[in-house]
Amino acid sequence: MRAARGITSRAHPLWLAYILHRLSGLGLALFLPFHFWVLAMAMTDPARLDGFLAMTEAGMVKLAEFGLVFLLAVHMFGGLRLMAMEWLPWSASQKTLAAGTTAASFLIACLFFLKAV
Amino acid sequence: MTPDFLTVTIERGPDRQDRFEVPAYDNQTVLDVVSWVQQNADPTLSYRFACRVGMCGSCAMMVNGVPRWTCRTHISKVLDGNAVTIGPLRNLPVIKDLAVDMDPFFDKWVAAEGVHHGALTRDDPIAPIEAESAARVEANAAIECINCSVCYAACDTVAGNPDYLGPAALQRAWTLLNDVKDEGRTAILDAVSGTGGCHNCHSMGSCTAYCPNELDPMSAIAGLKRETAKSFFRRGR
Repeated sequence: MRAARGITSRAHPLWLAYILHRLSGLGLALFLPFHFWVLAMAMTDPARLDGFLAMTEAGMVKLAEFGLVFLLAVHMFGGLRLMAMEWLPWSASQKTLAAGTTAASFLIACLFFLKAV
Repeated sequence: MTPDFLTVTIERGPDRQDRFEVPAYDNQTVLDVVSWVQQNADPTLSYRFACRVGMCGSCAMMVNGVPRWTCRTHISKVLDGNAVTIGPLRNLPVIKDLAVDMDPFFDKWVAAEGVHHGALTRDDPIAPIEAESAARVEANAAIECINCSVCYAACDTVAGNPDYLGPAALQRAWTLLNDVKDEGRTAILDAVSGTGGCHNCHSMGSCTAYCPNELDPMSAIAGLKRETAKSFFRRGR
């Protein structure tokens, strides 16, 4: 059924939050083996590790790191959101308030952090 | 401005779509459009409705890819230009055209112990219910469910796992779990914690987003997840 197959019905915030959580988790899962492999070089091949660490100065790698931090942040907040949603018997307005407060405190914390840097 | 004619595409099978030109009126629901087609253009078109006022839950269909109660959906709200595509509800076997077999939906309702588990007889005095108690408020939240299967059609978890009980049945189980008149606590918790139970839910929230009565099956299922987990740790199994 074509009307049923479309993704129109999924374009709502709850589903988008779900898919963002899933995809960021998938991205991190794919990254982790590579991450451990590079870290393991500290034991097996320090010279090669230094080569890899030198690569982190390149612009593309810096951009990729930005993506990585984004995935981590998105996945962490996605997980917190899920745990709050499923484990706290709060009303919808209480949850909205909690999410708003978290976002505001995160924003303020970031401002202080940027100032410190 | 309402156009003079609506272009209505009706899905009548995996490979068959029929297109109809339907006169547009100021006040017209999606069900009115389907009825016009059946009464004036193609009498062989099969669909299902009864009350036409959003109480019986029999007229739900996919409208432009979204599950909706067609009798309470104004056509002007869903038109894409002057076109609309109407199909049978998702996740249920199609009998013919727009009529789906609701048996799996109702079978799961029973499988989730969505039945009354009474302990009193007619000779017992009527048990007083505290209307403002937390459990009653929780139970009341979902009693307006009309069994229309819109949430069931909206759910991707149902689409991916035919054994999953689905939002409506689980929400009913949550209602009964909170109902002090219902004595089926153990049976309900066992039924909803099995293979097809509440822990399949990924909290995608399409059930809550599309429930025509603005109920919240996703939160009800979250409640079941909490209760089954608590009971698991308490009973040690």
